[in-house]
Amino acid sequence: MSGVDPARDGYTTEELLAIVMGRLTTGLGHIAVGALSPLPAAAALLARELSPRTEITILGSPRHMRFTDGGRELFDCAAQGRLDAFFLSGGQIDGQANINLVAIGDYVKPKRRFPGSFGSAYLYHLVPKVILFRQEHSPRVFVEHVDFVSAAGTSPRNVYRPGGPKHLVTEMAVMDFDAGPGRFRLNTVQPGYTEAELRKQTGFTYALPAEVRTTPAPTAEELALLRGPVREELVHAYPKFAREAYLAP
Amino acid sequence: MPDRYCSTPDVLVADVADGSSIAVAPDYSGVAIAATRALIRKQARRLHLIAVPQSGLQADLLIGAGCVGIMECAGVNLGEFGLAPRFTDWVQQGRLTMRDATCPAIHAGLQAAEKGVPFIPLRGILGSDLLNERPDWRVIDNPYQHDDPIVLIPAIKPDVALFHAALADRAGNVWVGIRRELMLMAHAARRTLVTVEAIHDGDLLTDPTLAAGTIPAFYVSRICLEPGGMRPLGFSPAGEQADAPMIEAYVAAARTQAGFDAHLAEWLA
Repeated sequence: MSGVDPARDGYTTEELLAIVMGRLTTGLGHIAVGALSPLPAAAALLARELSPRTEITILGSPRHMRFTDGGRELFDCAAQGRLDAFFLSGGQIDGQANINLVAIGDYVKPKRRFPGSFGSAYLYHLVPKVILFRQEHSPRVFVEHVDFVSAAGTSPRNVYRPGGPKHLVTEMAVMDFDAGPGRFRLNTVQPGYTEAELRKQTGFTYALPAEVRTTPAPTAEELALLRGPVREELVHAYPKFAREAYLAP
Repeated sequence: MPDRYCSTPDVLVADVADGSSIAVAPDYSGVAIAATRALIRKQARRLHLIAVPQSGLQADLLIGAGCVGIMECAGVNLGEFGLAPRFTDWVQQGRLTMRDATCPAIHAGLQAAEKGVPFIPLRGILGSDLLNERPDWRVIDNPYQHDDPIVLIPAIKPDVALFHAALADRAGNVWVGIRRELMLMAHAARRTLVTVEAIHDGDLLTDPTLAAGTIPAFYVSRICLEPGGMRPLGFSPAGEQADAPMIEAYVAAARTQAGFDAHLAEWLA
């Protein structure tokens, strides 16, 4: 497996992922990003550069937050339909798009404890376009069934659910989620990977498109925006990340 | 008018009883670290910590020091500094009773307490294993619409709300500005203990600009002037950044319980 080679390709994996997620959110009204999500934050900032009427919220970044009613306002906004996109991740993600942010193994005495579910159990139901993002693509992350469902990928028909997972972005692939059959479908493999390699690293089965294509490489314009204005803004949201930034200079 | 001011954070938390439920602020808001050290010094035990809705260094310190019995939260981590080492270790050893939540459920539970109602309905959550671990969360049919299941969250009424704020005046009014989750905590809790950066000369309630972000004194039990009371965390109302080297040193030391104990002893001294 090779993936992106910065020397050959002229961009890094992180830049590719930010750009892919930026493309998926361009043109939306209000994109929100949770804490600890530097690449989704870069994506939202890029989407705003590409569609200037887009409103963005980056939790934990005073410069990118316009809420004035405390920690609950984001959630109240989501329930009212005032958010269009949000990013979630998982310690485990399964083929039905269930995500686990709590623990591996037993709940009471787990083999491995993650920080917690945060807003996922709620926002997954209410934000129309949820993008699942996990850079690492391995069978350890992408499992058949998660050990703990922090937030369910699908719901019975009688459950009020205007939102849900729409895409999954990793270092190896972009997938789309179809809530009908409750299954992922491969959209593109990332540059430098094959579908065979992807299948080997994925613990669940997914549907295939008629023809397997590769994610279009970042354009010069996208890279310039990411390395210029987006990066300048990102410093305010993620000082440590920006200091040790793994986006190319 | 009762004098709410106390001389030190130790006096501020002196009568927090073992087993109390304590609501604490998230790292982006006003975290009372100096008062947390005071809780550790007084060897508080079996605290039911309620993170509103998440916590970081504060929870990790209290857990590592053996002060916490129940951890109720939507998450605990150290933000950009990674996993909270003592929290992670204690849960993995089965030494901490977890009451996992999701952010809006904690806000909603406090809002129910604020309104004096027993519960509040909340969207989402259905299908999550959180419902299995939280038998106190119920699912009912929306009485106003046919076949519409919805989750009920019981009121969260903490014994104590503990946080750090920018300003208080001599009458005991506390200014939190847009950090309104602190106001929610004060409204919901039986008692509110606050450390502040500075004393405001004058009455915070007479200036409409400041009054909008002010918790009236009748919600506030005790106040301690403690500039820098959130360090080494940042304090955004004062434009303070987190002390990264200090937190990194903590993370390195707290990987093991012995390392944590040594680090804590030095830090409390």
